[in-house]
Amino acid sequence: MGYNQMQELEKKVDEWEPKIIAFLCNWCSYAGADLAGVSRLQYPPNTRVIRVPCSGRINPLFILRCLQHGADGVLVSGCHPGDCHYMSGNYVARRKFAILNNLLEYLGIEKGRVHFAWVSAAEGGRFAELIKEVTEEVRALGPAKRLVKSE
Amino acid sequence: MNEGELMPDTSTMIRDTAKKLLDEKKVNLIIGFEKGTLPLRSTPCFIRSSEEAEKLIWNASCENNLARYLRKRQEKIGIVAKGCDVRSIVGLIKERQLAREQVFIIGIPCNGMIDRKKIDAKLDGREILEAEERDETLILKGHNFTETINKEEFLHNSCQTCKYRNPVIYDVLIGDKVAENEGIDEYEEVRQFEAQSADERWQSFTDEVSKCIRCYACRNACPLCCCQECFVDNSQPQWIGKTTNLSDTLIFHIVRALHTAGRCVDCGACDRACPMGVDIRKLTKKIQMDIKQLFHYEAGISVDDVPPLATFNPDDPQEFIK
Repeated sequence: MGYNQMQELEKKVDEWEPKIIAFLCNWCSYAGADLAGVSRLQYPPNTRVIRVPCSGRINPLFILRCLQHGADGVLVSGCHPGDCHYMSGNYVARRKFAILNNLLEYLGIEKGRVHFAWVSAAEGGRFAELIKEVTEEVRALGPAKRLVKSE
Repeated sequence: MNEGELMPDTSTMIRDTAKKLLDEKKVNLIIGFEKGTLPLRSTPCFIRSSEEAEKLIWNASCENNLARYLRKRQEKIGIVAKGCDVRSIVGLIKERQLAREQVFIIGIPCNGMIDRKKIDAKLDGREILEAEERDETLILKGHNFTETINKEEFLHNSCQTCKYRNPVIYDVLIGDKVAENEGIDEYEEVRQFEAQSADERWQSFTDEVSKCIRCYACRNACPLCCCQECFVDNSQPQWIGKTTNLSDTLIFHIVRALHTAGRCVDCGACDRACPMGVDIRKLTKKIQMDIKQLFHYEAGISVDDVPPLATFNPDDPQEFIK
């Protein structure tokens, strides 16, 4: 490998890439992500998936801690309304998310840091598109600065 | 009229009611207010005999939310409660922290409590040695000065926008109901804050929170903070750091506010307890406004309705969800 090539590669490594934590519910969105993979759909590699039993499992602290400890964006995705494996987990979660989402915006956290979505197990294509969309939005915002904990 | 005994009618009526309740053994304990050690200070007191009941008073500095003292008691309690205290009691009953039968509510229609910080600012360092309360005014006396101020202008912010001055439930009501605050936009401050840019909002939020020393007085004063173990005390998992690191403190305030969603009655106890003057209500008031707009719910009005975050409507707004 030539010196120039090396330099170029190093520059690439130094380039900032958004780091996004995706909380996916076990029954719909996680299976949707699986379907995207099985279908060999391409999407940006910026998300790290955390599987949760239900979107109702999400504690706002999960999201805030992600932003505090190095995530540039957070995505929470669950079953479409009416499809929840536990009947009403996503409905109750939706109220909680509405309050959280409004409060974060009110306090001045950039719109587009925290995303909420419904993705079913059959929506592999939609999942890939969603990840593209979220990644681009977070990329446009740049690295997270607010809420980040500096030691 | 003695100082500290500023509204004799109400005070006397409270005493008589308390004595009667204790003598008839309808309650074992009365929680009310007694004269504080400083002018314009009343302090919560716990009365167990009718002789002690002489201590009870009522005036415009009975600001503490006494609902805070109701939990985890076995005996039957009589409580002197103004509008916001009663709304907090409703919250406690709704959350099964208290049985309705366990508490005898001595409801007091309230004209708002005065904010000593506002008075101190007005007096500019001069010390109050004596205060005398009239219907609408307050006469403050100190070394070489006497000032008469209009109470209305020196109420706590939460009292100025209060829409439930009269108790929503009670077993006995002391005095006549007062006129409710009509035509006041209780969310005006929230709207003003919202009108700023995101950067400005973030700046002012961090400025506000950087005053915080994490003493948790706001949590301890809140009548509805009743988790077995608070998330800030948890060590397994340790949700947030325990120092005054700004990021941790920001998250503490965000989550504390979120925990009041659909429950906060805006009594202002957190705000008054804060030794550093952090504007805590800026967060809770916003959540209250959202709860009202999104889910058409106000906390502490009825014992029978379901808390908004414990239920749902299939048609709840979801424009923010992709």
